Amino acid sequence: MSRTHVSCNINGDDVDFLSESGGSLLNALRDDVGLMGVKEGCGTGDCGACSVLMDDRVTCACLIFAPEAEGRSIVTIEGLAGADELHPLQQCFLEGAALQCGVCTPGFLMAAKALLDNNPNPTETEVRYALAGNLCRCTGYDKIIRSVLDAAEGMRQNGAQA
Amino acid sequence: MTMTEDPKNAPSYKWVGSRSIRPDGLDKVTGKARFGADLKLPNMLEGAVTRSPHAHARIVSIDTSAAEAMPGVHAVITAADLPDLAEAGAKTDDVFMSAKVLARDKVLWEGHPVAAVAATSREQARAAADAIDVVYETLPHVLTVDEALADGAPVLHDTMITKGADPVPEHASNAASRALHERGELDKGFADADLVLEREYTTKPVHQGYIEPHACVADAGQDGRAELFVSSQGHFSMRAMTATTLGWEPSQLNVTPAEIGGGFGGKTTIYLEPLAVRLSTKAGRPVRLVMDRGEVFKATGPTSGSRMKIKMGVTNDGQITAAEVWMAFEAGAFPGSPVGAAAMTAIACYDIPNFVVEGFDVVCNKPKVAAYRAPGAPIIAYGIESIIDELAKGIEMDPIDLRLKNAAVEGTQASYGPQFPRIGFVETLEAIRDSEHYKSPVPEGCGRGMASGFWFNIGGNSTATVHINEDGNVNVITGSPDIGGSRASMALFAAEEFGIDVDRVSANIADTQTIGFNDVTGGSRVTLATGSVVIDCCRAIKEDLRRRAAKTWDCEVDDVEWVDGQAQHASGTETPLSLADLAAKAPRTGGPISVTKSNNVRGAGAGFTTQLVDVEVDDELGVCRVVRYTTAQDAGKAIHPSYVEGQMQGGVVQGIGWAFNEEYIHRPDGTLDNPSFLDYRIPVASDLPMIETIVVEVPNPNHPYGVRGVGEAGIVPPMAAIANAIDDAVDCRLVDLPMSPVRLLDAINQRGE
Repeated sequence: MSRTHVSCNINGDDVDFLSESGGSLLNALRDDVGLMGVKEGCGTGDCGACSVLMDDRVTCACLIFAPEAEGRSIVTIEGLAGADELHPLQQCFLEGAALQCGVCTPGFLMAAKALLDNNPNPTETEVRYALAGNLCRCTGYDKIIRSVLDAAEGMRQNGAQA
Repeated sequence: MTMTEDPKNAPSYKWVGSRSIRPDGLDKVTGKARFGADLKLPNMLEGAVTRSPHAHARIVSIDTSAAEAMPGVHAVITAADLPDLAEAGAKTDDVFMSAKVLARDKVLWEGHPVAAVAATSREQARAAADAIDVVYETLPHVLTVDEALADGAPVLHDTMITKGADPVPEHASNAASRALHERGELDKGFADADLVLEREYTTKPVHQGYIEPHACVADAGQDGRAELFVSSQGHFSMRAMTATTLGWEPSQLNVTPAEIGGGFGGKTTIYLEPLAVRLSTKAGRPVRLVMDRGEVFKATGPTSGSRMKIKMGVTNDGQITAAEVWMAFEAGAFPGSPVGAAAMTAIACYDIPNFVVEGFDVVCNKPKVAAYRAPGAPIIAYGIESIIDELAKGIEMDPIDLRLKNAAVEGTQASYGPQFPRIGFVETLEAIRDSEHYKSPVPEGCGRGMASGFWFNIGGNSTATVHINEDGNVNVITGSPDIGGSRASMALFAAEEFGIDVDRVSANIADTQTIGFNDVTGGSRVTLATGSVVIDCCRAIKEDLRRRAAKTWDCEVDDVEWVDGQAQHASGTETPLSLADLAAKAPRTGGPISVTKSNNVRGAGAGFTTQLVDVEVDDELGVCRVVRYTTAQDAGKAIHPSYVEGQMQGGVVQGIGWAFNEEYIHRPDGTLDNPSFLDYRIPVASDLPMIETIVVEVPNPNHPYGVRGVGEAGIVPPMAAIANAIDDAVDCRLVDLPMSPVRLLDAINQRGE
């Protein structure tokens, strides 16, 4: 089976891998790069569990052919926290009980980061629509939405202090 | 919001009832948590399953030679590689379980496994699985209870005689069993009523919809043993079922629980596990099997579709005098629908003097159903809570008042047998009646509805170990997979019992060789049952710690008290000994400090909920939207209120999906038309408002902290509550689920015809 050489930046590191022909970025991230935090819930772009940032844009990794990542910058859940500090979204998800089983959580966090990077002061409705591509079957979304709003508020306050 | 039964006399706790950070949280927000598909072993092969394209067919032949010759293929298995349990004289249920995981003579639904392959990559495994040549002789199929029970219907299992039928039928049929509960005199009850209504309801199969597909990794040794890593709701039952289908003893398997990415009942049974182990024994290498989403929809348990007929009578002053309930539930390919639980729960909220509740478990050519959150109860509650709403309207009584008038209370003999101890149904009704939501005007253009629900909650078998580390911190180990935050509750119990900071407790779940037996995480049992055993361990350790302190002080044990995380001498003459002090002295006071306890825990407290919803109906498009939702549920005691609220909210939203969108749609040829999250639409964030919660706390007298269990009751009322709200909004009574835009628009257009 022919394989394609792909060079890209993942979570700040330059990475090279060989992608199987027709293989998705999701399979490459999990099987070739070893980033198991990127989850497969459907493989068809319907659940958002494999959400990553590709050049700062939230993307379902299952819908991207791995070679499309050539020269791009990818951020996965493994790249969200600092060495000794969680991202405010991660901290608010913990404090706000925004996860139960946790399998959708990496995707929600990446989609929420993409939202707050572009809109630091979203309304509840904006959060709901920004996260409508991510399925959660456990929580009913209530505590996820609240946690994203809490994180946004905290980040605005910290930004104002800085 | 939390409403405690008797706030002045409620015990005060430092940790129980607080909102601590869950022990497994960090791994889950950083992507480190390892779910079923996330284990990669050296030398591991990937597996794939060959599945039936037909709803019902005889297997004429299976030719695996082409697949075996393909590059990278290391093992191919069919039913011939598993013991024939029927030939071995095994129990019928086990024969069916074996036939479910790998078809032997017939395939009984589209997606039924017929073979499996292990190869060096997923692509190779998939290609080989597709290259297996199966010759089928198709048979006529039945998809619904109506088709399955029709005269002359094709019969799935030619030896299946209806259990519990009177008289015993002479011929095999698709009716597997009959459940019956009756009391009083039905005719007299209906004669006493001023208003009698009779209605029929139908529901479609719906899937649990967990986001993590089924996945496992098996690693068999040459010694007849195997390691199995699997995402499930109970690794001990996975071990037992897998062993049964392999003809092994359970102890030949060590099952390690993966983190579980949702289950809701659907991960209490085996699908891939025996296949993975058998492939591994055949290949001599570890094998990973992971389903794709289509396989999850086609081949794992939805819950039943159903038909129900309900007749109920009420007097003008609101006394429900009689209820007659008939229901038939689809079991899928093998017996085992939740119709028994549905029959038990049907009228469990109410004290009705005369009733007959009859239910049939009916097989048909769909995947075998699996448990789904309060199995059976939401289906029958759709009918019961809808007809009660109609009765209330008919006698012009407030629906809460009608329910209060007939509510089961302490001492009521439950419709399914036992007498209720202290229960909190009335308190949930009052909580909704007194809520700001109920008192607020119905928004312009909206309708309002309410409904109630019941779930037994259960106890069962649990084992736990608690160790005091040499630094005085605490390890709690159980065998109950954590599906919604139970490790947080276990840690809070231990912190409360020892009087130490919850951050000093580590809560863990061990494999089947490391901890004693635990039943599945299901029935809302873990916080109650496993929690009770954890508390037993902590209390035994506190006794031990007091004894060790007495030894140190050379005094009587009775002179030592355990207060705020330390041993104190009653006289105050000795310097208190903290957990860390006692742990440091352990080698000189009796050795390591550790206790294991196990129990078959009894005394589960029944759970009730009452819910209120406002919906907005677009009567040109038939689109209905929930604009406000409040749920009041009796938790007994909320150990971690955030996760109690989370269970309530999650149950409600699954019910909202069931009400509006979710259904299995089969083509006439018996194949599933919507096996994807695109076409099987579960609720998304933009569909919903916040779900307001009122946690009612009427303590369960049989639990040290009053726990009842909260996982399940929440999904019981939403479908009926929404139907009642739609009727209030547009004067249309919908009796078929889902209440999709097409159905709702039809009903609106036929209004008054």
